[in-house]
Order: sequence, then C-alpha cells, then structure tokens
Amino acid sequence: MTARRVLGYGGAVLLAGWVLVPIWFVVVGAFSTADAVYSYPLAAWPDWSLESMRFFVTSAGVPQALLSSVIVAVLTGVVTLLLAAPAGYALARFVFPGADAYRLAVLSTRAFPVVVLSIPLAVFFLQWGIYDTVWGVALMHTALALPFVVLMVSAVFAGVPVDLEEAAQVFGCSRFGAFRRAVVPNAAPGLAAAATFAVLLSYNEVFAASILTLQQPTLPVFVLTGLTQAPLPFRYAGALFLLAPAFLFILLIRRRLLGVGGGPTLR
Amino acid sequence: MAEAVTEAPVVAAERRGGPQRWLPYLLLAPSVAYLLIFFASPMIQAFGLAFTSTTGEWGLGSIRAMLGDDRFWPAVWTTVILLVVLLPLQFALAMAMSMVITSRLRGSGLWLYVFLLPLGVSELGAGILWYSIFVEQGWLNTVLQSLGLIDRPVIWLDYREPWRVIGTIVVAEAWRSTSLIVIILVGGLRAIPRDYLEAADVFHAGPWQRMRHVVLPMMRPTIRTALIVRTVLAFEVFATVIALGGTGTDVLATQANRAYTEYQDAHLASAYGLVILLVSLVAVGIILVALPTRKERGE
Repeated sequence: MTARRVLGYGGAVLLAGWVLVPIWFVVVGAFSTADAVYSYPLAAWPDWSLESMRFFVTSAGVPQALLSSVIVAVLTGVVTLLLAAPAGYALARFVFPGADAYRLAVLSTRAFPVVVLSIPLAVFFLQWGIYDTVWGVALMHTALALPFVVLMVSAVFAGVPVDLEEAAQVFGCSRFGAFRRAVVPNAAPGLAAAATFAVLLSYNEVFAASILTLQQPTLPVFVLTGLTQAPLPFRYAGALFLLAPAFLFILLIRRRLLGVGGGPTLR
Repeated sequence: MAEAVTEAPVVAAERRGGPQRWLPYLLLAPSVAYLLIFFASPMIQAFGLAFTSTTGEWGLGSIRAMLGDDRFWPAVWTTVILLVVLLPLQFALAMAMSMVITSRLRGSGLWLYVFLLPLGVSELGAGILWYSIFVEQGWLNTVLQSLGLIDRPVIWLDYREPWRVIGTIVVAEAWRSTSLIVIILVGGLRAIPRDYLEAADVFHAGPWQRMRHVVLPMMRPTIRTALIVRTVLAFEVFATVIALGGTGTDVLATQANRAYTEYQDAHLASAYGLVILLVSLVAVGIILVALPTRKERGE
C-alpha cells in the first residue's frame, strides 16, 4: 500500500469518526438509565436500559405527536409522488418549449425561505379550515419536497429505456398501457426512493410544522416546545426517535441522492 | 443551470405529432398549479402581511415594530456571522468527504452512506445531539477531563458568553448540513474528465497543484451551486439554535417563529420572513458576482 493510500484511508476513517461518534453518544444517552445520564464523567458504554425510551414514549402527548408525524410524513410522500411523477415523466420523455423554464422555476423555489411561506399559509389554512390538522402540515411539506422529488423522478424515468415503451406500443399497448406495463415496474424502486425522500423531509421538518399546528403538533414540534423544561433522558430518547429513520432511509436512497442537490449535477 | 438539461429522447408518439403535443403540458399542470398555490400566493401574501399592521392598515407599522425590537440587530448579526464562519469550514470538510467518495478507496458505498447520514438527521435531532456533547456534564467535558486537558467541566453553553454558544451552533451545523454540499460536490467531481487528471499526472503535478489548477477550476459551477444552496438554507437555521442556545441566542428564523407563536403577530413574523428573503437574495447576488462562470467573464 502506498503512502498516499494510507493517508486516504486515514482521512476517511477520521471523517467517518466525526460523523459517527456523535451519533454513538446519542445512542448511549437514549439507552442509559436516568442515573447514568446525570452522572459525570459519562460512561462510553450504555447500560442498555429501556428506562429513558419508555419514559419518552409514555410521556403525555408523545404517542399522539408520533402518530401525527407518521401520518403527515406518509401523506406527504403519497401526494408528492402523485404530483411529481407526471411532471418528471414529461421532463424525461418529451422535448417541448418551456421545459427549461419549468426546470428553472422548480430550482428557484429553493430561494424562498420556509419562514416566508409558512406564515401566510397559516393565515390561508385558518380560512380554509385545515389549520392545525395533519393535512395542513402535509400540504406544506409537499410543497417543500416537490421541487426535489420532481428532479429525482425525472432522473428515474430518464433511466428507463425508451425502447421498452416503444416495444410495448408496437405490441399493441396504448400509450398509458405501455407506461403502466413497461415503465412503472422498472421505475418503481426509483419512485419509492423519491417518495422516501419526501417522507424523511416531512418527518424532520420543524419550522413550518410549528407554525401550522397548535393542538396537533408533530413529534419534532412537540419535543421542541417542551425542550427547555425537559429532563435529559426525555431529550436524549427524543433525539434518538428523531434520528432513527435517517439511518434506514439514507441507506435505502443514498445512491439516488447524488445529483438532487444542485443544478449542474442534475443527472 | 440550463447546461445540466439532459437530452430528452423523443418518443414515437411525439414524432407522430398531433394531439400529443399538449401531453407534456398536461403532465406538468398539477405540479405547476401546486407550486403557484404554495409558493407564489404565500409570497405575495407575505408582502401584504408585512406591510399592514395588526389593525389591517397599510403602512410600515410592522416593519417599524421589527426594527425597534432590541433583539432585531443581534439576530441579524448572529445569522450572518454563523454563515460566514460556517461556510469555509463546511466546504473544506465536504471537499475532503467528496474526495474520499470519488477516490478509488475500497468501500466507497460505505463511505457514501456514512457521510450522507447527517442529511437525514433533523435539525432538532442534531441540535439535541450536540447539546448532549456540549452540556456541562456532557461528552466533551468527559473526554477532555479524561485526557487531562481540563480540571473541571467547562460551561460551553454559557448564555453570558454568546460567542461560545455561537461556536457550538457552528459545530453542530457543520456536522449536520455538510452532507448536502457533499452531494453536490460529488456530482461535480465525477463530471471532471479523466483525461484532465491524467494530463496533470503526466506533467508530474503534485496533489496540491492538481487541486489548485485542475480540480477547483473545473468545479467552479458546482461550487457556486453548492454555495448558493447552502447560503439560502443557512439563513433558515432554527431548531439547532433553540436546542443549543435556548432562548438566549436569537437568529432571524427564531425571531419570526417567536413573533408568530408567542406574540400571535403574523404581520411581524412576515416582516422577519422578508428580511430573511432579502439577506438571501443579497448573499446569492454576492456569490454570483464573486464567482462568475467562464461564459459570464466572456472567455
């Protein structure tokens, strides 16, 4: 092994440690007894007690908030995909005037801070009667996820060979039939990844959710609201609940995330 | 950004022409309608709210109330300082991570997973995580004391020492939000043609020269995108600040949230929102001017 490779692995391990060690700390905190959490110095290995986790999930308001969060996240995933799939397909399969303008418009939505959007939406939602409901939060989260998911979905459809679709049409499928039989099965894993991205974004989002809810907070909003008075075991178990889906979902979608972030890396 | 547009293959149906011509527009329509309702209309409404008072009269009442708030300017400065300290740190980290991912080291899938993990972590989750590290009887003090570097726990989250608290927020944000830059940079690194790097090797360019004269110039548009994306998001930092700074440290987003949830004043909250929009636009403008692409420089 050359010196340069040793240096490369050394750097990689250091960087991985920077990411992983703090996560380990939160795992230890969440699976320790209250006594261990309040002791000092802290022990690097947890006593694998479920005391803190049990305390967290049975705290008044937590089960309801967790349920709200899951419902909002699933609604966001479904609605986002329903809106993004046709748009992504159009971008991937057609050459038409306005396609570039559409892409640019989608990218530029990123310039609008969620702070600016969520406050007027709270006013609208009050008028529409969906303030403080799971639907209100889900609609807002859909708006935040939609631009990214459109670009992800368009990349997914672009990756399905056109030939498959044409062959299906040659053999008598209608345009939609060809889409359903030839494209959807091939695109399904990519579409699922795109929806997963929306679900994760929704589960994590806290600013808009805190503006748009009052009695029906999502989990991050509930944790945030009581944060300054919350005992340490509650905070640490809550943090683990907030972090846990990331481990699974990023594993599932990591490869597809490359290129979602920015313009020149659109593919 | 237009250079990224892929060559869309023309499907048989399109060659046939005719009624299929409106099909793409039909497919785009739902998402366009959605974005109009949820981006365009609240944007307009935000101006309406910010420039009316709670009694509904047009005027600068809400703007004046915001400017007259003792916490306004500190919040502006904290927001800007956070960004200025954070960006260089993040770019160095993200560049190193991207190099690992695109290098031919074994286990590139594993490195990718680990480096992208924080992307899935919520702002609040990351905030509490770093709280457990920086709290007085927390991990940082435990580690430092076991190494013999300190005698007694240091109060990192001391609200009388705003700089120290800002420092902890910078670290937490560097940990959480560097992944997004990694995603963008990896795309840019992969787009550099092998020939260029091989040419650098032929001329015996060292790693530093290769970075300075080949990689960074080729990455210019990518870096610009990453800068813009990260800058816009940095002005919205919110839950990390509350988790680490409690109510003692203000940024623009926490002020907007407080205006709405505590004072129930949507007008004041919108005024804060517009300030965030304004500083975002100014920052993006600075980035665009400071890092022109070749085309814009007329090369």
